[in-house]
Amino acid sequence: MIEIKNIKKSFENRPILKDVTTLFEKGKTNLIIGQSGSGKTVLLKSIVRLIEVDEGEILFDGRDIRKMNFNDLKKLRQEMGMVFQGGALFDSLTVAENVRFPMDMFTSMSAGEKNKHVDFCLDRVNIKGAHHLNPSEISGGMRKRVAIARAIALNPKYLFCDEPNSGLDPVTSILIDNLIKEITVEFDITTLINTHDMNSVMEIGDNILFISNGENGWEGNNTQVLFTRNKKLNEFIFASPLSKRIRDLRQREDDE
Amino acid sequence: MRVFSEIGSYFLLMYRVFSRPEKTRIYWRQLVLEIEKLGIHSLGIVAIISVFMGGIITLQLTYNTSSPLMPTYLIGLGNRDTLILEFSCTVLSLMMAGKVGSNIASEIGSMRVTEQIDSLELMGVNSASFLILPKIIAVVFISPILFILSVFCGIIGGLIAGPLSGVVTVAEYMGGIKTAFVPFFVTFSIIKTLVFGFLIATVPAYLGYNVQGGALEVGRASTRSVVSTSILILFFDLILTQLLFK
Ligand SMILES: Nc1ncnc2c1ncn2[C@@H]1O[C@H](COP(=O)(O)OP(=O)(O)OP(=O)(O)O)[C@@H](O)[C@H]1O
Ligand SMILES: [Mg+2]
Repeated sequence: MIEIKNIKKSFENRPILKDVTTLFEKGKTNLIIGQSGSGKTVLLKSIVRLIEVDEGEILFDGRDIRKMNFNDLKKLRQEMGMVFQGGALFDSLTVAENVRFPMDMFTSMSAGEKNKHVDFCLDRVNIKGAHHLNPSEISGGMRKRVAIARAIALNPKYLFCDEPNSGLDPVTSILIDNLIKEITVEFDITTLINTHDMNSVMEIGDNILFISNGENGWEGNNTQVLFTRNKKLNEFIFASPLSKRIRDLRQREDDE
Repeated sequence: MRVFSEIGSYFLLMYRVFSRPEKTRIYWRQLVLEIEKLGIHSLGIVAIISVFMGGIITLQLTYNTSSPLMPTYLIGLGNRDTLILEFSCTVLSLMMAGKVGSNIASEIGSMRVTEQIDSLELMGVNSASFLILPKIIAVVFISPILFILSVFCGIIGGLIAGPLSGVVTVAEYMGGIKTAFVPFFVTFSIIKTLVFGFLIATVPAYLGYNVQGGALEVGRASTRSVVSTSILILFFDLILTQLLFK
């Protein structure tokens, strides 16, 4: 469980997060949605303290990450996994070495065990036969999936995904959504996902936080989101012509 | 004012670099890779440049000082001491600041802008220590080796060019090399190469580690690191010469 209270962050007097307060539950997939540039990445990085916020509290199961010293922070971070928006694979290492890296660093597994686990993780994200390639030799979507494999390699307690399925085809996208959902439930972890993908919102949106104007625009789950009367959220989720038509039909039915 | 804050954050970074490593075995592996990348790959260019410079210094000494009053052993001696005192440590370090320094700044800088450093931090790895410490050790370790190689190659260069020009014979040149040898000059220069090696690794690492922005800024940090490192090398050359020769 991660609790954030009154988070504020400005860059050079330009406020990006004005006041965000929410609770991300354990064993649930918590989605953060919002327009491009609304501050989703800034919020996610603030929570893990890669960005220092100006004000607010960030509690990881009661532990305030902002008050931690360097060593406590390092320990807490060993319980986290993160998929960055651009993948952030180590480009001096191969795909397999990238996934093995956290195991090399923090476990005393034998070489055989590590290799088996690498295969297992890469298999889960549907990557086959790319073990010995460099990150520059695989596609953008594959890089994203390898990053997911690396993030889940050590069974984190907190999983952060910044747009895990942008740049993926619909089939792989659903596979990744389901994988994240599965891991979240199976290991009972707290998962935060930034996304613009409406499919993900509908499929795995246990808790949804809509960021608008740097504040909580709306909160709810994937059933509630369809029937919301929140104007901004409606504009956001029914942005495409197809979904607009569905909404209009629904409204006509309501009126009748 | 900005200079002081830069110096301050440089030392803060160094403090993080020298804190205890997570897993020593992985650091060893990194160290071996860095020695290969930064050191072994510089051996060829150092050897080539030194042979030529040794030859050139010898020819210059020969043509500019040849007079009946001048003993010929001064040519070998002059070449040797020029190499030991300035060329093989200072000038070579300036060259290494260009080759190795820009490499370090752009490597660490691009890791910063592609979020690889954030990614290390997020795993709970001390990224400063993990990325920078092996480079410092590698460069500081390899610097005296490059110095010795350079002096050796420079003397060979003189041995080839001197007798070929006909002014000095092999025997006279070699006699000069052995005349009035001051072991302290070597100690002095090795101390200098260690200091310069530390600068060559840490200044570019600091500038790369603090890059903000994108590819453009990485390029800028790389250029800046060569300029700053070169100036600092000459500055410390002055200081060390004053301190150690007093
Ligand atoms: N380091 C920074 N310095 C200054 N401004 C920043 C910095 N990082 C982010 N911003 C600003 O914060 C705003 C929000 O950026 P952010 O990356 O969080 O958007 P996002 O919601 O993740 O968008 P997208 O969906 O496109 O990824 C942007 O206007 C951006 O210019
Ligand atoms: Mg983003």
